[in-house]
Amino acid sequence: MSAMILFLAVIAAIIAWWLAGQGLMAKPWLEVGSVGAAGMGDGDAGGSRLPAQKIGLGVFLAVVGALFTLFISAYLMRVSTQDWWTTPVPRLLYLNTGVLFASSLCLHWAAIQAARGQLDGLRTALLAGLATALAFVTGQVFAWRQLVTAGYTLSDDAATSFFYVISGLHGLHILGGMIALARTARLAGRQDAVSPRLRLGVELCAVYWHFMLAIWLVLLALFAGWAGSVVEFCRQLIA
Amino acid sequence: MVDASHDGNDLITPAAVEDVELYHPHSWWTRYVFSQDAKVIAIQYACTAIAIGLVALVLSWLMRIQLAFPGVLPFIDADRYYQFITMHGMIMVIYLLTALFLGGFGNYLIPLMVGARDMVFPYANMLSYWLYLLAVVVLVASFFTPGGPTGAGWTLYPPQAILANTPGGQQWGIILMLVSLIIFVIGFTMGGLNYVVTVLQGRTRGMTLMRLPLTVWGIFTATVMALLAFPALFVACVMMLFDRLAGTSFFMPAIVEMGEQLKHGGGSPIMFQHLFWFFGHPEVYIVALPAFGIVSDLISTHARKNIFGYRMMVWAIVIIGALSFVVWAHHMYVSGMNPYFGFFFATTTLIIAVPTAIKVYNWALTLWRGNIHLTLPMLFSLAFIVTFVNGGLTGLFLGNVVVDVPLSDTMFVVAHFHMVMGVAPILVIFGAIYHWYPKVTGRMLNEAMGQLHFWITFLGAYLIFFPMHYVGLVGVPRRYYEIGETSFVPASVHDLNVFITVVALIVGAAQMMFLFNLVWSLRHGREAGGNPWRATTLEWQTPQTPPVHGNWGKELPIVYRWAYDYSVPGAAEDFIPQNQPGTLGVTREAVA
Repeated sequence: MSAMILFLAVIAAIIAWWLAGQGLMAKPWLEVGSVGAAGMGDGDAGGSRLPAQKIGLGVFLAVVGALFTLFISAYLMRVSTQDWWTTPVPRLLYLNTGVLFASSLCLHWAAIQAARGQLDGLRTALLAGLATALAFVTGQVFAWRQLVTAGYTLSDDAATSFFYVISGLHGLHILGGMIALARTARLAGRQDAVSPRLRLGVELCAVYWHFMLAIWLVLLALFAGWAGSVVEFCRQLIA
Repeated sequence: MVDASHDGNDLITPAAVEDVELYHPHSWWTRYVFSQDAKVIAIQYACTAIAIGLVALVLSWLMRIQLAFPGVLPFIDADRYYQFITMHGMIMVIYLLTALFLGGFGNYLIPLMVGARDMVFPYANMLSYWLYLLAVVVLVASFFTPGGPTGAGWTLYPPQAILANTPGGQQWGIILMLVSLIIFVIGFTMGGLNYVVTVLQGRTRGMTLMRLPLTVWGIFTATVMALLAFPALFVACVMMLFDRLAGTSFFMPAIVEMGEQLKHGGGSPIMFQHLFWFFGHPEVYIVALPAFGIVSDLISTHARKNIFGYRMMVWAIVIIGALSFVVWAHHMYVSGMNPYFGFFFATTTLIIAVPTAIKVYNWALTLWRGNIHLTLPMLFSLAFIVTFVNGGLTGLFLGNVVVDVPLSDTMFVVAHFHMVMGVAPILVIFGAIYHWYPKVTGRMLNEAMGQLHFWITFLGAYLIFFPMHYVGLVGVPRRYYEIGETSFVPASVHDLNVFITVVALIVGAAQMMFLFNLVWSLRHGREAGGNPWRATTLEWQTPQTPPVHGNWGKELPIVYRWAYDYSVPGAAEDFIPQNQPGTLGVTREAVA
């Protein structure tokens, strides 16, 4: 569970940093009558100036991060047992990684276009992002088929089980994101100019895409065994 | 903004927080069934949770009857007994307590207490309820499948959870259980996002974090914890589902069952325990923290006194929330893990008693020289404090490895956790229902029935669980369908079992009276008015009672003070609502 503890420490640090700006040392019983409490940044109003959707996405990504970190924790726990042998990583995965990276770049480009208010470029970028994401998911399915034909089935051994389940879950998250992205693209197709709502939607999609790319890179490192050396190093540190 | 630190009462422009666009329902269906109004969703959550809780109550009756009078009910065999245990535990912990505190009270109270018109994502909020209902339906469906529900114990430990000799293990029971939990977690995540973001972003002008009522602090912190802890349950359920359906070996070691080598091999049952308790222990505090928060508000209101040490209470809630993530392995002392881990987790377990004790002292000091009104919410709050201290003290025993090892798997543990996370939070739920029912319905609950309900429940809970500690100390194991004639079990244990069962039947029946009271008072209760308890928090200051869609009429309330201005010297009344401007009691004419 060390990976999860590490993740929690990061979350706790973020929460502590945020709480530090919230005037937890305030003495509310003395601050009667005024709307703002003394010594607080912009604490007079309710929430901060960020839109609720962005905060919501941030919290959601923390949950998704916890989910994958827990899978990684379980994986690391299992790696350290005796009867473990790693499944070879199909070459196709590296191509898929490139495609997902391209998808993330498209979304980044879309966010820039949205900020500049260029609707045409935004539409192209969104469609390109959607197409590359679809290509990634398709590529993942082909990678699975390659593994199956090579004789590595789901219940074969622990490493393949973990690979199928975790990469499948990651694929499901990409598919879910594609629904949101498709809705945003449809919104972009209907509008004459970039509305604040559209810009917010594009930004949210971009953040989600970057996050899923980061998670995929960690997972790939795990599957390819690069993480093994890191784990070994950490174990030596503890021991 | 401009007048951050001055008493610029007249300078405040109400429009500083932009108003949100509300979804307006157009038909009966979207108003009352597929509603996006947090208050309706709260009532839906609460009714569903109480309904499924009744099932769990009946299951506990059946178990108690079997323990006291073995064989009296011929349809209870060993398999059924395990199924009853499993479903009773799972329903009570997750589908009743978690859903009622966060889905029920969270939905109703958060928007009203922070001065919002609704949750920030009403559509996701609605989906959250319907997924919860689906999870409950899937759970109930397992009663009607061949083989019945799973009998793996509420912890669902592999490998036995998915073996053929466990009830439901190779049938539908365990599958439906896991699927139901997965749906529950997804649904909860949608709701939880709402609760967190509403507290962060939906607060009205003037409602700083340190002016939030402790109820909101408790529910908020519990939700953050739940969002981080429930994924562990999700992961464990998904992996076990693969073990059961696809023949993987995440948790399944090489195993011989009925002389037959199963195709599993190499998996780690301990890994499941880590994942499960990584969720399971924070779960205790996910239930306890809202109870802590609610009870603080009830005590302050009904003792007409500001809460003692508000800041300390907030810090304690946050610290308990953080610490509860590093104590999970104290549920696993007997799992054969490294003894040094046991030492670490025993230490963290004992440390968590410090902020908890701070809260208990602060409640006691709030009561000290307060103007205590022994209303029903106050009675339940007092009962909660006593019960929680009781359950917490046995927790100190069980937190130590050397004491836990012999007591583990005895009825002592059953008595401990029922006291601390069964009875104590339920008492708060009752107190909270008696407290907020007038706001939800506009009528008071019947006092005579309430008094009877309180005394039977409070005294009954002690008559049930105090003897159970003794039964456990004698060494009677838990989870046993039938003890029979055993040399180390004295005759007194059998007598006690009969006694406990009789009391449990009576206490259960008293809950039926409570439900009757809920329904009866809807029409026959005394008219409550807008603020029957003369409380300060915003939910009591709504223009209408019960609050209508949008909560606040034309303009959002502005908050000028904290939630605990009771018995302020010089004030006209013994309470000053949060949205009343002016310094201490000076501008009391301004009360709307």
